Amino acid sequence: MSDRPPPTLAALFWGFLSIGIIGFGGVLPWARRMVVEQRGWLTPAEFTDLLGLCQFLPGPNIVNVAVALGSRFRGPLGAVAAVVGLLCLPMVLVVTLGAAYSAMRDQPVVARATAGLAAAASGLVVATALKIAAPLLGRKLGIAVALVVVVAIAGLHLPLVATLLLLAPVSMALHRLVPRR
Amino acid sequence: MAAGAPVADLAVMFGQLSLVSIGGVHTVLPELKRQVVESHGWMSSADFAALYALAQAAPGPNMLVSTLIGWQVAGLAGALAATAALVAPCALLTFLVAGAWHRFRDRPWRRLVQDGLMPLTAGLVVAAAIVLSEATAVSIGHALVTAIAAALLVLTRLHPLWLLGAGAALGGAGIL
Repeated sequence: MSDRPPPTLAALFWGFLSIGIIGFGGVLPWARRMVVEQRGWLTPAEFTDLLGLCQFLPGPNIVNVAVALGSRFRGPLGAVAAVVGLLCLPMVLVVTLGAAYSAMRDQPVVARATAGLAAAASGLVVATALKIAAPLLGRKLGIAVALVVVVAIAGLHLPLVATLLLLAPVSMALHRLVPRR
Repeated sequence: MAAGAPVADLAVMFGQLSLVSIGGVHTVLPELKRQVVESHGWMSSADFAALYALAQAAPGPNMLVSTLIGWQVAGLAGALAATAALVAPCALLTFLVAGAWHRFRDRPWRRLVQDGLMPLTAGLVVAAAIVLSEATAVSIGHALVTAIAAALLVLTRLHPLWLLGAGAALGGAGIL
């Protein structure tokens, strides 16, 4: 942890508020900029370690970062201040956008623009999938497990919770039997 | 169909998804779509894709798709319930685990858990990409937009907002 005094509740709120409103299409790079470069709350190595944990835990990564950071500095209230700061303005904005969409969705031009927007948004998810799957290259076991998941969820439309409860222990056991080289 | 209490249904659905969304909201998109579109019949597949696109185009984390879905299904109460139900369980878990995880960072089992879960997360996000692309590829032109946007994002450092704007502009101009 850096030598600076820990941020106050208000600083946590305003800090995460600032990333909430500028973080278009992925908030994590902005979070790193604010936490490490602008405010100096964590060193780069501390941030990477925190992010590793937050990516492994369920839930949106940025929300987990807000919780972990807020609670590290200011306990439960710090976590609440950071999460509320992160989400309050974007929630208002997204509902406003949704209301505008609902009001104008019957206009042909809005419907066409939304279809184009949605197609591009799918491209964002495809790109994320490629980036997340890239480290699996060369790991046959990992690729096999990932393919089973793809077929189960996208092909067979099996329920997620049951699939994960079954596959997570199997995957960990297999990775124990076949250690990574 | 929703059985009278959509706010409660929303809270239960997002509460469950919260604890399995390892790696973020992307991983639960197929399940979210399955429940919202098929199990509950709250909206069409195209509406779901549109709401997700709006959540991506708006500032803030993509998990705000929960706010939009909640709002669409049950107004303000639905928006608040859906968002809180998605955030609270995983936030509580992070709060409890964050300290312990730091202490155990050199233990071998931690590596095993990471190695074992990583392919699951990757598979889930790939599945999400397939399911979402199926919903948005309403024409060859739309499928091309998805493919080109994905390629540009992987190969260049272009900001995603440009691609979303270009997709909307091409669609609005009637080119797709």
